[in-house]
Amino acid sequence: MTAKLFGEPVGRREDPRLLTGRGRYLDDLGSGALAAAFVRSPHAHARIRDIDVSGALDIEGLVAVYTFEDLPPRVAEPLPLLIPHPALAHGRTARPLAKGVVRHVGEPVAMVVAHDRYLAEDACALIRVDYEPREPVVDVEKAAEGGPAVHADVPGNVAAHLVQEVPSAAGVPARQMIESAPYTLAFRLDIERSAPMPLEGRGVLARWDLDDRSLRVYSSTQTSTGVRMAIAARLGLPLPSVEVIAPDVGGGFGVKLVHPWPEEVLVPWAAMVLGREVKWAEDRREHFVASSHERGQAQFVRVGFDGEGRVLGLDVTLLHDHGAYTPYGIIVPIVTSTQLLGPYRIGAYRVEFSSVYTNTVQVTPYRGAGRPQGVFCMERTMDRIAAYLDLDRTAVRAANLIQPGEFPYDQRMTFQDGRPLIYDSGDYPESLRMIKELIGWDSFAEFRAAAAADGRRVGIGIGCYVEGTGVGPYEGGHVQVTSDGRVHVSTGLTSQGQGHETVFAQIAAGELGVPLDRVSVVTGDTRRLGYATGTFASRAAVVSGSAIALACRKVREKALRIAAEALEADPADLVVEDGVIRVAGSPGAAIELATVATLANPLRYAFDAEAARATQFAAPGDPDRPPIAEGEEPGLEGRAYYSPLRSTFASGMHAAIVETDPDTAEIKILRYAVVHDCGRLINPMIVEGQIHGGVAQGVGGALYERMAYDSHGQLRNASFMDFLMPYATEIPHIETAHLETPSPLNPLGVKGAGEAGVIPVAAVIAGAVEDAEGIVIDRMPLSPSDLFRLREEAARRR
Amino acid sequence: MKPPPFGYRAPREVGQALADIAAVGEDGKVLAGGQSLIPLLNMRLAAPGTVVDINRVAGLDTLTAGPDGVRVGALTRQARVERSEEAAAVQPLLRQALRLVAHPAIRNRGTVVGSLVHADPAAELPAVLAVLDGSVRLASVADGERDVPAREFFTGPLEVAAGPDDLAVSAFFPALPPRTGTAFHEVSRRHGDFALAGVAAVVTMRADLGLEEARVACAGVGPVPIVVDVTAEAGAGDRAAAAHTVRERIEPEDDVHAGAAYRRHLIGVLTERALAEASRRAADA
Amino acid sequence: MLVTLTVNGVRRGASVPPRRLLSDFLRHDLALTGTHVGCEHGVCGCCTVLLDGEPVRSCLTFAVTVDGREVTTVEGLARADGEMSPVQRAFAECHALQCGFCTPGFLCAVTALLRDDPAPSERQVREGISGNLCRCTGYQNIVKAVHRAADLIAEES
Repeated sequence: MTAKLFGEPVGRREDPRLLTGRGRYLDDLGSGALAAAFVRSPHAHARIRDIDVSGALDIEGLVAVYTFEDLPPRVAEPLPLLIPHPALAHGRTARPLAKGVVRHVGEPVAMVVAHDRYLAEDACALIRVDYEPREPVVDVEKAAEGGPAVHADVPGNVAAHLVQEVPSAAGVPARQMIESAPYTLAFRLDIERSAPMPLEGRGVLARWDLDDRSLRVYSSTQTSTGVRMAIAARLGLPLPSVEVIAPDVGGGFGVKLVHPWPEEVLVPWAAMVLGREVKWAEDRREHFVASSHERGQAQFVRVGFDGEGRVLGLDVTLLHDHGAYTPYGIIVPIVTSTQLLGPYRIGAYRVEFSSVYTNTVQVTPYRGAGRPQGVFCMERTMDRIAAYLDLDRTAVRAANLIQPGEFPYDQRMTFQDGRPLIYDSGDYPESLRMIKELIGWDSFAEFRAAAAADGRRVGIGIGCYVEGTGVGPYEGGHVQVTSDGRVHVSTGLTSQGQGHETVFAQIAAGELGVPLDRVSVVTGDTRRLGYATGTFASRAAVVSGSAIALACRKVREKALRIAAEALEADPADLVVEDGVIRVAGSPGAAIELATVATLANPLRYAFDAEAARATQFAAPGDPDRPPIAEGEEPGLEGRAYYSPLRSTFASGMHAAIVETDPDTAEIKILRYAVVHDCGRLINPMIVEGQIHGGVAQGVGGALYERMAYDSHGQLRNASFMDFLMPYATEIPHIETAHLETPSPLNPLGVKGAGEAGVIPVAAVIAGAVEDAEGIVIDRMPLSPSDLFRLREEAARRR
Repeated sequence: MKPPPFGYRAPREVGQALADIAAVGEDGKVLAGGQSLIPLLNMRLAAPGTVVDINRVAGLDTLTAGPDGVRVGALTRQARVERSEEAAAVQPLLRQALRLVAHPAIRNRGTVVGSLVHADPAAELPAVLAVLDGSVRLASVADGERDVPAREFFTGPLEVAAGPDDLAVSAFFPALPPRTGTAFHEVSRRHGDFALAGVAAVVTMRADLGLEEARVACAGVGPVPIVVDVTAEAGAGDRAAAAHTVRERIEPEDDVHAGAAYRRHLIGVLTERALAEASRRAADA
Repeated sequence: MLVTLTVNGVRRGASVPPRRLLSDFLRHDLALTGTHVGCEHGVCGCCTVLLDGEPVRSCLTFAVTVDGREVTTVEGLARADGEMSPVQRAFAECHALQCGFCTPGFLCAVTALLRDDPAPSERQVREGISGNLCRCTGYQNIVKAVHRAADLIAEES
């Protein structure tokens, strides 16, 4: 039944709205609301001696100014540490407004509310904050080596330290395996800091209803249920009196998953205090210094291997730059250290990380969430082994791949959800074969020779990854068929462009046997579904998709039961097609799903002619049973939750051919190829789009984007002029191929696809540039200026 | 990111504009295309007391291409100059450079004169004016009109030889002598970004196709566009020597996008490329 | 100051201070929120509108400066009967948008691009849209949509 829509490149149902200017993003709402703006610290580390707001009070249109001192205790206290972990011994979070000390440029110090944003910014400019600057620490190594303390009570700046040890099958620990290995290598790798950088910043709009003492909040968030619970707790409101809605969201990529942001507490609080609608729409300059960054890591690698390139022991130590706070716990370094293993069977593994505070913007997951770093580490290691042994890089990978017969494959570690890291399915050798074929790996030598004859320098690179997707704990789906025959689907997680309104409708329409255009989908609205986790970790299709499918199956079962009674048939003989339930092989016997919906809700009152069918004299029913049988509910609707046992593991392999300019050191990607396995595809068009976008972000991270802090903790490139997100002119055409190994873990056989594209790109490009240049690439991103410097250093060594 | 409040004047003819500019003095800013000024205002990095918006001033949106050269009025948008066949015929370097200036939507508003007056050291148009030894015509209530040659006009990063009372009413890009070719080469991080380094080259051949004169102007590697005469080196057929001479003359600095050593290297590469292309074009001219 | 524009063929006016950006004027004074604001320093292109037919950054233009002129926003691209323009239809057909935030700027830029050059090459398309950032699509399907729109326009004219 699901075959017809499931798997089809159905056009997106979001698009007509978004193409005609009828999208509703946060700042499109709340016309006439008061505007909030924030005074933010210009210092990376300072004590606040005094805040003088008097200058701002003359601004016409000013409504209120708040500093820490003005906040009630509950609102003022530090924001929650969302994901505690035993290893996070010194977790620290910011307060909504700074109390006494600021720890990064951009930390909010005062909030202004005025009639419009122009006036609010005028007022901010007139607030005088007397800072006593303190020495900041920006470099992660300096911080770890006992530089100035970011938090006075965290000496050494180490928030968390975690060692995970996976001995060999024979019980030999990694370091010992390396000692006894025929060959060993040791080296250091670095990945610089970047950021998710959605084109729409964050934003909050809050409306306090004085009459019924309820709060409605719109937030550009990836988790409206999370924001709701946090706000209710902070503001001391009963949960049912708070509703949070994620409207159209202009991209998230992880940054909007953190919650509550200071503004998500302060704006609703101000709306309550003022009894007025208040809105804050983050501007780009704020976003650079007030919204999360990610990626920064130093990696120290030791590896032991045999003559075939098989990894016998791997020992990795990570220094993870966590910025000034740890609201999202240590998920990023956990993901790096666990997903580093990729599609490989590693003899023995030891990984140790330190999460280190610096006086910079906090670090929380950005699309890929630590995986790009882990894959960079593993894939650079594979390339080094190949170079050392003078083997083909794909041969070394092949020698280490987990084989199809080995699933479920237990990596014997604990994943980011606290559950065992067990790969559910995959076919890595086939994936490798496909990517080699797609990029033309085996014929590259000829291409290189031809290019060299023209004075051109080209190189090829490959990168492989495995991505745990669809983590729990759960999502829900609610499906209601109304008496007009329409199907209303809701799920609690939110959407930022993934096409949920389309793919969830495909699932529902397929499961229920109704035309797609009868199905509408709502996401991220706590009025519709109060229980949800959020959109992250490539989990929407897996977890919400499964929940919606299960809810539809409940509805379908009920519909068939009611129809069977009405048609006096056996439910097993019924089929649903195009919204009509028929008795198989009996053309005349049919009932509309709409009618079933009507009959499912016994009525006393006929609000229209159709409803009259369900009233007590029209449908008297069995006098010996109540109108609604025991255990039943009125209406044709169903709710189901899907809680995965474990993550499901998607995988992929990318390859690229690059050209480096011998004179200018410019790097151009000539070809980029992707083989991708996310299990069964619900909508291949949308999956392809996710891959394209991920690869583009990966190219940004590999060649263009870095957060350039100076030693004083000032972000030197906090604008789109200088933080170089690629344009169309910088992104290559991307060639894709799909492999489908269904997941055995969920009812749809799907795996997540949202983050995949970004994960191996830096590793692939590094390998390709290294291949073109014959110079070791151990740091990303790589600019032409960087490559020039590496060439000069290599020339000096020769 | 909203601009701070400012007083606003919108004169409709040049005389009134000059009077307004004189009246507001140091505290005023002239608004033409706004593609450099408005970002600064939105970031509150500039807070003029008064903005004199010249967009309605009659007679400033001129573009005349004559045998002597191309004169571009203060309100003439970059896109119009880029598209003008007449301007390209008289002075092809303008179009060659304008294609590298930001993006089409910016060029639709941004003015040529505005870019010269803004004098970003990495911008293309100042280098064009400098290598051609063009001029900027300033006007003020006190001094009337006067032409300032490029070599005197650019005085430092974002600094030009114009007083607070001056309005730059036009710029003049001289025509090319016979048998002359031009080229603009640059490397930028992304398409449309300011150049990490850029070179505008002008090469004139003699009738016997020997080299008469070769000159380059460099962008992004000093406080102002740096003009270097490389006739001797290029005349001897040694573009590498020309590149060497140019490298010695520039003063590149490190920034978030590139190191000084890279920029110095790059200027040499771009000098050779630009001279080669300009020479080819000169030979074809 | 009273600023009056012809927006999508309709004369619209509001009284605003001189510093009101055209982007805010359209969004907040005229309630045409289809034009988006992504950076307010002229780099992202989300706020691109057509001023007398030419794409410009509405965040780098004061409303008062363009008093009396014609502006087309994303809300004005569809035909009067509501049918989407070929560019809009091509974007839908080619999956050239995900979150949709940058899309209005792209639609305006591409509409002008194809008017000036009805059959651009791949390179011309990429350069033609190079003033607009998209963080979701990787541009591939946008490039495809521009070519598709060119075909649709040719078929329908």
